[in-house]
Amino acid sequence: MEGELVQPAPEETPRDANPANVGLELFGYVGIEAVLDQMRIKTMKTGFEFNLMVVGQSGLGKSTMVNTLFKSKVSRKPTGPGYEERIPKTVQLQSITHVIEEKGVKMKLTVTDTPGFGDQINNENCWDPIIKYINEQYEKYLREEILISRKRKIPDTRVHSCVYFVPPTGHWLRPLDLEFMRRLSKIVNMVPVIAKADTLTLEERAEFKKRVRGLGRESVYPQEDFDDNSDDRILNNKIRDKIPFAVVGADKEHQVNGKRILGRKTKWGIIEVENPAHCEFPLLRDLLIRSHLQDLKDITHNVHYESYRMQRLNESNRLALSPINGLLGKDEVESDL
Amino acid sequence: MGQPRIQEPWGSSPGCQRCITGSRLGWFGHKEPRIWGTLHGTDSSTDLPTRGLSVPAGQRKCPASGEAQGLAETRPRMETLCGEQRTLLGDKEYVGFATLPNQLHRKSVKKGFDFTLMVAGESGLGKSTLIDSLFLTDLYKDRTLLDAQARIPQTLVIERRAVELEEGGVRVKLTVVDTPGFGDAVDNADCWGSIVDYIDQQFEQFFRDESGLNRKNITDGRVHCCLYFLSPFGHGLRPLDVAFLRAVQHKVNIVPVIGRADALTPREVGAMKEKIRQELEENAISIYQFPDCDSDEDEEFKAQDAELKRSIPFAVVGSNDIVRETKEKAFRGRTYPWGAVEVENPAHCDFLKLRTMLVRTHMHDLKEVTQEIHYENYRAQCIQSLSRVGARDRASRMKLSRQSATELPLLPLETEKLIREKDEELRRMQEMLQKMQAQMQQSQGEQSDAL
Repeated sequence: MEGELVQPAPEETPRDANPANVGLELFGYVGIEAVLDQMRIKTMKTGFEFNLMVVGQSGLGKSTMVNTLFKSKVSRKPTGPGYEERIPKTVQLQSITHVIEEKGVKMKLTVTDTPGFGDQINNENCWDPIIKYINEQYEKYLREEILISRKRKIPDTRVHSCVYFVPPTGHWLRPLDLEFMRRLSKIVNMVPVIAKADTLTLEERAEFKKRVRGLGRESVYPQEDFDDNSDDRILNNKIRDKIPFAVVGADKEHQVNGKRILGRKTKWGIIEVENPAHCEFPLLRDLLIRSHLQDLKDITHNVHYESYRMQRLNESNRLALSPINGLLGKDEVESDL
Repeated sequence: MGQPRIQEPWGSSPGCQRCITGSRLGWFGHKEPRIWGTLHGTDSSTDLPTRGLSVPAGQRKCPASGEAQGLAETRPRMETLCGEQRTLLGDKEYVGFATLPNQLHRKSVKKGFDFTLMVAGESGLGKSTLIDSLFLTDLYKDRTLLDAQARIPQTLVIERRAVELEEGGVRVKLTVVDTPGFGDAVDNADCWGSIVDYIDQQFEQFFRDESGLNRKNITDGRVHCCLYFLSPFGHGLRPLDVAFLRAVQHKVNIVPVIGRADALTPREVGAMKEKIRQELEENAISIYQFPDCDSDEDEEFKAQDAELKRSIPFAVVGSNDIVRETKEKAFRGRTYPWGAVEVENPAHCDFLKLRTMLVRTHMHDLKEVTQEIHYENYRAQCIQSLSRVGARDRASRMKLSRQSATELPLLPLETEKLIREKDEELRRMQEMLQKMQAQMQQSQGEQSDAL
């Protein structure tokens, strides 16, 4: 009796004839759902990692946005007097790691900033250092993975999501934006946002989004090809309709109707960052953190990392001419990669 | 014959209480009540020419081409004053050249004015909207925005849009030179080259016209002012801004402006302006300087002037859409879910200051500076380079002639070049001939030796 499936009781006919879809009826409480609790307890103990990269010209509010997203001073952004922000001559990548905790859940957050992107007169190939960095992280992970005796938990420094800040010109995407998004959406999850959107009226926002959306819809996160089922598709379609999000970042609180609210105070009103009528920051936050964080990590691991891995192993296969596809010994790995 | 009535559609300009109207025609609109005030106190009418007709700042003289000093509302005043004068001094001591400004004014109103404004800056900073709001036109209503794909192969184009504006009988032919595509490409090295070439081209055209035979109908296409739009999203000047400003600072009056200023809170505006002023100084970029007001101006005017100077670069917001908040309260502005920005509210942005400066008080000064400083620089350079080449030519031909530099510009530049080239060719051919002759003589000599 061990290997046999328990057939459903004859009075309950299955909906479709496909045996794979036939569900088993439970006639008592088994306790399968307790696995969720076990998973939760485990992740609470180990915590999880999230790596975010922010790319955009200087002054578009990247550091402020990250601080607003995680409600803490994650980015080093001194606001004291006498602080000089010099535009670096080449694109640099600066990573800062913090451990944030909420309700017992620990998250190791790494934010990679890219000062100097798009700020020079000649911005040709300013995306190369970024592509190099992302591939380096994949490389690191690959090496750890290929080892014979692997670590129990491979440290994951791969970039899970790249938030690209588009300046709110209201016209079109600039050639620089197009080039960057095209190249990077192949190797990382790309989430474009319209930065400092408090300078666009609602009509202008809609116009801009319409113009921008025609380009590269298939490549920005959430990608259409990876929708698992129709529920996902409906949810993701809703998100895709709003991309790119028009966001405003603020790290100061003001009094509005007796409540302390994060916002920007101008002479003509207070822009409330978390008010969906004012800007789409809540949508971005929900996407990145509340609903799609695990999905971002999964897609990075299953799609982008896999394609990188395939590419690298094919390359070294050609060199090593190993008969066994993909299974290289440690020595070979070190000599070829 | 009624005096020209200048309409003031938007309410009187701030602080300008003494002018009856906000005169469009130069700073005299501000200053002249003062002049009449002092005249009243004196008993000789000789004070008038020095105060009234000279430009106080830096003692620049009036250009002979005589663009009008705007004294739109002087006529009623002057007549009464003349009446008073007459009673004070009696008819014998009143000569009557106090009417000179009036004559100038009438003449130039008939002639009309022209003003060329250049706007430069990255796309999306609100340049076109600002121009439309400044001059209340719809120059940019029908423009089509090129998408990024179409823009990639394009180099910078220079577009000119001309419009004739009329207000209170005064006609202004406004030309707006636009530079779409500036700073939009991935590689923007030397994207300002065509802008500099355009400015030089206009100077050269004027130079030739001025040195030509028929000078009656010269159209002045020189750029009088360049509004350079800085991005409110950066931290001060960007490398592209610095490079462009350095290239044009000695050719045109630069007025830096922070576009889309509704992206900034008041504190950020102040910090940004401070940063920009600092960086302009660090990079030794000379922007258009407002002329200092006379030391005998009253405190209010001085304070206004000082405030205007402190607000550079102006943080502007442009809009031509009318917002109706309540039935009575309608203004031009932009509506957001959290409030509405009023374009003409000095607490919200510096649009009014820019308009006052550009149109009401300093339009004429901008033209003067273009004529007297930038154009003269260009002209001097041009003549120097021509005379250097001319002197070399003359020295090589060993001719004595008048070293007058004024001789040269009489010939159009191209024929000059052609003449020079032909001379060179002639010389070369002569040299070759001589060489050949020498060779022939030599060979003849050898032949005769051999024989």
